[in-house]
Amino acid sequence: MSELETFRAEARAWLEENCPAEMRTPAKGDEDVCWGGRNFVFQSEAQKLWLERCVAKGYTVPDWPKAYGGAGLSPQETKVLRQEMAKLGCRSPLNSFGIWMLGPALLKFGTEEQKVHYMGQIARGEIRWCQGYSEPGSGSDLVSMQTFGEDKGDHWVVNGQKIWTSYADKADWIFCLVRTDKTNKYQGISFLLFDMETPGVSTKPIKLISGNSPFCETFFDNVVVPKNQIVGEINRGWDVAKYLLGHEREMISGMGGDGGVTSIGAAMKATLSQEPVLRAQMALFDVDNLTFRAHGERFMDEWKTGKAHPAYSNLMKYVGTELNKKRNELVMSIGGTQALEWESERSNGGSKARNWLRTKANSIEGGTSEVMLNVVSKRILEMPGA
Amino acid sequence: MAMTLTDDQNMLRDTARDFMASEAPVTHFRKFRDMGCKDGFSHGLWKQFAEIGFTGILIPEADGGMGMGQIEAGIVLEEIGRNLSPSPFLTTSVAAVEALKLADKAMRDRWFPGILAGETVIGIAIEEGVKHRPEKIACVAERSGNGFKLTGQKQFVVQGASSDMLIVAARTAGAAGETDGLTLFAVDKDAAGLSMEAARLVDSAVSAHVKLDGVQVNADAVIGEVDGGWAVLSKMLDAGRVGAAAEMVGVGTGAMDMTFEYLKTRKQFDRVIGEFQALQHRAAHLYGEMEGARSIVLKAQSLMDEGHAKAELYVAAAKAKAGLACNLSVREGVQMHGGIGMTDEYDIGLYMKRDRSLNEFFGDAYYHADRVATMNGY
Repeated sequence: MSELETFRAEARAWLEENCPAEMRTPAKGDEDVCWGGRNFVFQSEAQKLWLERCVAKGYTVPDWPKAYGGAGLSPQETKVLRQEMAKLGCRSPLNSFGIWMLGPALLKFGTEEQKVHYMGQIARGEIRWCQGYSEPGSGSDLVSMQTFGEDKGDHWVVNGQKIWTSYADKADWIFCLVRTDKTNKYQGISFLLFDMETPGVSTKPIKLISGNSPFCETFFDNVVVPKNQIVGEINRGWDVAKYLLGHEREMISGMGGDGGVTSIGAAMKATLSQEPVLRAQMALFDVDNLTFRAHGERFMDEWKTGKAHPAYSNLMKYVGTELNKKRNELVMSIGGTQALEWESERSNGGSKARNWLRTKANSIEGGTSEVMLNVVSKRILEMPGA
Repeated sequence: MAMTLTDDQNMLRDTARDFMASEAPVTHFRKFRDMGCKDGFSHGLWKQFAEIGFTGILIPEADGGMGMGQIEAGIVLEEIGRNLSPSPFLTTSVAAVEALKLADKAMRDRWFPGILAGETVIGIAIEEGVKHRPEKIACVAERSGNGFKLTGQKQFVVQGASSDMLIVAARTAGAAGETDGLTLFAVDKDAAGLSMEAARLVDSAVSAHVKLDGVQVNADAVIGEVDGGWAVLSKMLDAGRVGAAAEMVGVGTGAMDMTFEYLKTRKQFDRVIGEFQALQHRAAHLYGEMEGARSIVLKAQSLMDEGHAKAELYVAAAKAKAGLACNLSVREGVQMHGGIGMTDEYDIGLYMKRDRSLNEFFGDAYYHADRVATMNGY
């Protein structure tokens, strides 16, 4: 047996031994997702136990180094672990922007002390992070952002406003882009970390067309941030932000539903068999869905071996988010009038309609589809022009 | 397996790329088209294919071939597609070889040496209507003497009139619409009662309408099992489909590269038209579609090579996606080239014609999307 297959057997045995039965059933809704953090309330003893066991094993962040709370697994081993988790139906023990976004940035740009401290906290699910990027006047043109940190010797005093801050009202800390030099557009931004309980920080949820409020406006009024809470160099935060956006794009492009290739058509057979044109649309969607999964697999394999173009995640983000929107349009069409229900129990509180509306943001957040196409065209295809 | 090419596969790609670009570029295609070649391809080139080892790429090593898989055959096909190189490779070295691999030793010994030598061409006589419906085969094979008597008609037999042998699917039992009761036969082109009418296609390939008027074959002409031909047929069709998909990745990529080059050089309104965002976004979208097609084709090839249970689903998806993406590529290609794209002198239109033929080959995108739906349970 190869080393990888030995690892597979071990991982499977560990999962079977340690993953509680309740954590092997599909999550019913957002409340079943463990986000960790200071104020997180576990929904069950099993949810808590599953997190604790994974933390002890390093499996909340399996591919991170052991020194920073991970299990030190290779990319191949991590893939195998995820395959085994998927086979057993194990839920993710911990979801967090710390894992998906800040962690990789810290690993590349952080000091040793920051890695041990912040990555450790993330791995253990102790601190829930949010991301302060967009501002009311700076969406696609993010670099025009104005939130300013005034240099006060050993600290900055931050003033300004962020918008579309995911779960800011539930987060413990924020990683935030702050202008520290008004004379230099790109090299005048710093990547700061601070506690959301710092005096002067306030949040206000934004109600979306889905009726839910996953995003907030976040206000900074003379917020004091010590100088050691910066990632990377002063005024070089744009490098960190760009690196991190790559990870965000990968994450959002992976949102195309169940993360797998299972067709949603089979469950809708009764309707589809009566609606030939809709069935045809579903069939073409399935072709695109299988294609996107294979495309993602190929991209990841090329990425790991350094063969992928550095701007390729922009393409995946475009394709993946447009696909997810299409999926939800089909779910609504197949669901018919029942999918229109907004509150009833039979519609699970309007989950189809709310998910459908939520996905409209996929091709806006983390870089719009139009910006992605600009980037692909200029950086990968090397089309001329500014 | 990893979805990247191995070092050996990269070497094969370099070899195939250099070979097609030097021996069979689009000028080669034009030359044979313009002389009104009755075969639609060069027998000399087919010999060269043999010398470099391509014709036996899928033939097992034990039978004297290279013993490679669909990924490797696809690497050659992509370069064929990119250069519009006319050859019997897809029908003979891919589809026919996959069927013959399931035949008995006598049959393999009869046909593999000629294929390996680049001397034999095999036609695939499956289609009976204008659309691909293999389960609807009605051509009849009645038991007669020591073998069978075949009666019926076939069409879209690519390079049929140039073939030494035709693989004919006929019904030995059951009724049209059933997959049981089909049998595959190796029929000699000179068999009594077999007649052909050649028909040049839009892409200048030469296809044939075949009439089988009581063609007598011996029992040893059966490929695989009597009444159990569906298994052989499926294998042959799937190899042909994933092969056509790989060729379409080449056709689509060739057309796309040509178009992108044009966007970077053609000037209007005092600037290079590739500066216009309206064209940039379409170019980027097209690139995404072609990259997706390349990925699903590679996935389908590797699943076939593994003998994976999901291979059939992925082959259908790959044929559908490659067809849609390649078709988008040639349509965008002609449109973005403007007036010059409509001229016979410029190559982009040739890609559009080739795409149309390959899309129809062994089932179009809609046929295969329908199969995906059926296999996905709705």
